[in-house]
Amino acid sequence: MSAVDVNQAPATLGRARVRPAAPARASVWQRIWRDRIMLLLILPGVLYFILFRYLPLLGNVIAFEDYLPFLGITESPFVGLANFQSMLSAQAFWQATANTIIIALLQIIFYFPAPICLALMLHGIISTRVRRIIQNVVYLPHFISWVIVVSLWQQVLGGSGIFVHTLRDLGLPAINVMTEPGLFKPLVTAQLIWRETGYATIIYLAALLSIDSALYEAAVVDGAGRWQRLWSITLPGLLSVTVLLLILRLGLILSVGFEQILLQRTAVGPAAGEVLDTYVYFTGIVGGQWGITAAAGLIKGIIGTALVIGANKLAHRMGQEGVYS
Amino acid sequence: MIDAASVNERPAWLERENHLERVVKIGVFGVVIFAVVYPFLSVLATSLASEVDVVKNGGLVIWPEHPTLNAYRTIFAGGVVTRAITVSIAITAIGTLLSMAATIGMAYGLSRQVWGGKYFLLLALFTLLFTPGIIPNYLAVKQYGLLNTYASLILPVLVSAFNLVVLRQFFMNIPSELLDSARIDGANDWDILLRIVLPLSKAVVAVVALFYAVSYWNDFFNALLYLNDSSMWPLQLIVRLYVVQGAPLPGAGDVAGDTPPLQSIQMAVVVVAMIPILLVYPFLQRYFTRGVLSGAIKG
Repeated sequence: MSAVDVNQAPATLGRARVRPAAPARASVWQRIWRDRIMLLLILPGVLYFILFRYLPLLGNVIAFEDYLPFLGITESPFVGLANFQSMLSAQAFWQATANTIIIALLQIIFYFPAPICLALMLHGIISTRVRRIIQNVVYLPHFISWVIVVSLWQQVLGGSGIFVHTLRDLGLPAINVMTEPGLFKPLVTAQLIWRETGYATIIYLAALLSIDSALYEAAVVDGAGRWQRLWSITLPGLLSVTVLLLILRLGLILSVGFEQILLQRTAVGPAAGEVLDTYVYFTGIVGGQWGITAAAGLIKGIIGTALVIGANKLAHRMGQEGVYS
Repeated sequence: MIDAASVNERPAWLERENHLERVVKIGVFGVVIFAVVYPFLSVLATSLASEVDVVKNGGLVIWPEHPTLNAYRTIFAGGVVTRAITVSIAITAIGTLLSMAATIGMAYGLSRQVWGGKYFLLLALFTLLFTPGIIPNYLAVKQYGLLNTYASLILPVLVSAFNLVVLRQFFMNIPSELLDSARIDGANDWDILLRIVLPLSKAVVAVVALFYAVSYWNDFFNALLYLNDSSMWPLQLIVRLYVVQGAPLPGAGDVAGDTPPLQSIQMAVVVVAMIPILLVYPFLQRYFTRGVLSGAIKG
């Protein structure tokens, strides 16, 4: 009775006071027992990450197998790098890669600057109330699912929409933008601009509000005009966040709007609309060519992860905090 | 984003804009707002239109002159759409509850110094850098025997590392003196979470819950990937099938009397699929414009 009680007393006290000050000599089991409630609370989340974010990585082994669903992952024959070879000689794969990169570049050229322009314009509104109202309108599309966004666009640009009507009234040929393969890439870029521009202004507006207004005052005293102030104060103030977001965007160059394109690819065909992710879905899961698409997915995943890590490193080097810090 | 009242006034140094600048500015914002709002109005107008309205202008409805709720009556009369709505509501409610339980538990545990906490946090943060990919995800869900179950719409997306970080950041800012004093009074970690931490974090918990709810409601790809049986499909997939892909809607025209035009029914389905988002949007935007999340948004 006596010895045990004496030994346990300090530990209990230590726990009752401040958690980090718990005795350093406590064994692993003592610490686990001390934190048991916390660890139980953490457990479901940890299990989730292990079961659904890490263990599935093992499924990539089918990239080296002639995977047959009825044989399963462990029984399917091992074929080495054969899948990668056939992937590299598959025309569809290169088509998808080219489409992915073209769409990503279109997005960087046309979508990326849009929130900067909109943020500058919103920042120029003096009345807080008017600005709030406009912000609330332009943030909304971000929360609408891609299925609905595509439906909305179909309603406006499709066969019976106002766009085709206007064309007809003007005596012009009625083009259905939604099903025209040649217009597919500009179309998905325009949809991205419509959905995300408003929401993306949040981060630029925060940067704009953090610019010291004394700078503007001093510039006016020195006789700087509107455009001079924009060029010498506002834009430099946005530079670091712009560079950061651009680097991060470059890191995502292989993943362009999967859900968005998946919904619309069938209307224009694979030549115009297939990207890497939809290639994996349509050829692999729908078409049953498991090995070759698993190889494509694996390569895409590795290059994509390397790009994201590289982008973050670059951002760090430029003195910014990346996605992980 | 701090919108102090003082920002409301024109600073003394700022020159007044001339008429031309004013007109251009109003014009540009007018176009932007029209471009965002018009598609919504067009869908709403078409969903309320009757046969006469739809036919009159070759399918284009600007303003339904004979508005009717028949399209809505049709889709709520039972059948595919009604069932899909039920599925979506149930998945959103149950999914959000489970996600919140897992995320709050993990965020709270990792907001204090616990055994192994650093490694558990890294385990979650690393997932921001990569995803297993479509095929490995599919194989895992298949391996766990979750194909064609509703669990496949929830478990694979249970915790978002981003939401976890937002909650943990907030919990960490709760002064530890508060929690320590409760501990001295005999409260255990569980009591502290329920009685102190959660009541202090109502706003951020509400925002994170709404973010989860929006993503469950909007999801279609997991259902497409994991559910073969179209009678199990949630609303977004039904919208994809009958509106985006234009498949003929079974059961359209079951309502006695005049049949609503197909276009109106399609648009009514779209309206129903976005109403929950429009309802929660005022709450969502109140928090993110106030900046609860802007500090956590990094790109």
